[in-house]
Amino acid sequence: MAWLVDDEIMDRVEQLEIDFNRYGVDAYGASKKGMARAGTVMAWLYRNYFHVSVHGIEHVPKRGRGMLVGNHSGGLALDAMIVTASMMLEAEPPRLVNAMADKFIERVPFGSMILSRLGQLTGLPEHALRLLNDERLLMVFPEGHHGTAKLYGDRNSLVRFGTGFVRLALRAKAPIVPFAFIGGGEAIPTIANLERTGKLLGLPYLPVTPYGPPLPRPVALEIYYSEPMVFEGTGNEEDRVIQGYVDQVRDRIAELIERGVRIRKGRGEASQS
Amino acid sequence: MKVLLTGISGSSGRLVTHKLLAAGHQVIGIDRRPWPEAPAGVSVHKADVRKRSAEEVFRTERPDAVVHMATVTHLARRSEDRYQINLQGTRAVFDHSNAYGVKQVLFVGRHTFYGASAASPLYHGEDDPPQSVNVFPELSDLVAADLYAGSALWRYENLSTCILRFCYTLGPACSGTLASYLKGKRVPTVLGFDPLFQFMHDDDLATAIVLALDKSLRGVFNVAGPSPVPLSVVIREAGRRQIPVPEVMFRLAMGRMGFPRLPQGAIAHLKFPVTMNTEAFREATGFAHEHDHASIIRDFLSVCPVPS
Repeated sequence: MAWLVDDEIMDRVEQLEIDFNRYGVDAYGASKKGMARAGTVMAWLYRNYFHVSVHGIEHVPKRGRGMLVGNHSGGLALDAMIVTASMMLEAEPPRLVNAMADKFIERVPFGSMILSRLGQLTGLPEHALRLLNDERLLMVFPEGHHGTAKLYGDRNSLVRFGTGFVRLALRAKAPIVPFAFIGGGEAIPTIANLERTGKLLGLPYLPVTPYGPPLPRPVALEIYYSEPMVFEGTGNEEDRVIQGYVDQVRDRIAELIERGVRIRKGRGEASQS
Repeated sequence: MKVLLTGISGSSGRLVTHKLLAAGHQVIGIDRRPWPEAPAGVSVHKADVRKRSAEEVFRTERPDAVVHMATVTHLARRSEDRYQINLQGTRAVFDHSNAYGVKQVLFVGRHTFYGASAASPLYHGEDDPPQSVNVFPELSDLVAADLYAGSALWRYENLSTCILRFCYTLGPACSGTLASYLKGKRVPTVLGFDPLFQFMHDDDLATAIVLALDKSLRGVFNVAGPSPVPLSVVIREAGRRQIPVPEVMFRLAMGRMGFPRLPQGAIAHLKFPVTMNTEAFREATGFAHEHDHASIIRDFLSVCPVPS
């Protein structure tokens, strides 16, 4: 077995219902070995470092196209990595989540290479549409990078949603599975975002925590998946109509967050007493 | 059908000739380079497509179809010369075809039309704009030739014009951009980048051209072989050793220490993929590539073994 690859994780990767060529690479550059290697590290963090609990994973389509749409929680794509890990480790059969990465990562050495081997493409509408038409499971954060910049106090709020994801879902006739991610803001409690320092490092900004670097703390993380939402249309509707659908998805996510935070608080108080 | 091939003496031109003959067509050619061992019945006219002697070939031979392959794709040639051949040559071929009753013209283009950049989509459709113009200005003559050929679709309505954009070819011809890049024992790559490469067998390229002629295909089509694979896999499977070099050093080393002398824009092709969506061509012609990755690389190795 290859270095740093757990047999169990390799087994999960083998169960993915995706076409790989003889070199173990799919049509978008995702490699079995790369995913098993990253999955091994992620599985350890997922199980031993964080305490991840997943609710409603049965709402995610087992196969066929779908779009996971959720809130950003915590900087540095921690939310995206945990959601991807949840689908790899807890869904039956496991599913590969194709996220849409920020464009700047592609230009950084190793950035595009690593992302591509893990099945993560640049966030372009062409990519999203192609993946959906290829019956893949897409993950979208409509808050964009304004969402990852949330400070600690705003950790359970939502910023403005982009609307492109609804048009794509309509065009591809893909169900939207809203989800809430809770705890990322506590894992990486951002007190400020340094824009200049970030630019020097090739990032849009660098989040800072009370203890300095944006390293995640070992806290509980929760994911709540909701029932799929299916909208009728062609994707060429007026902005007003699309905005209505976006608001419905946003409201559903806000509800999920509220419920999750309530449960989390209740648990916190229970453990304190 | 009588088919005129411009650039017949090149390795692809020769393969297409054999395929056309096997399919029962008559073949004639124009090239500045000779083809001494051309098959019987194939007349190779030593001429430059831009010159009057080439026009005389159209006038006297009256071909039914023209396959225009006489474009310079390698970058060793000076750009002024390339520009002349690629753009003026293409113009001459379309003008003569229109003037002398040719029914079909097939322009052999390249995937490099789309350009390699971080912000471009992974699978290009035929309607994607050419981004190579700003990331790789040295290729602008090829982009211009491709677009000019496309304009024949509305300028010469009686001509059935087809533009085929091919991915890299590899195989027994052991020529072309990818083959020359892979020739040495050690293959330099840009550290931290491993783009997907789409390549096809030289034979499949020839098959695609013959198919497009048979179907009198009209329009612009991408053509490629099996699914793309990471560059590192291509190098490994070809038995070569990958030498990742930081980009800064790569730029400095170009043209020195055995590194190929390439324009800076060429580095983008080692960092970002240029892959194409080829469904339209497959649907229109029923094309299916015969050679998979392993067979392409095996045939390449049989002619270009790892240097000892």
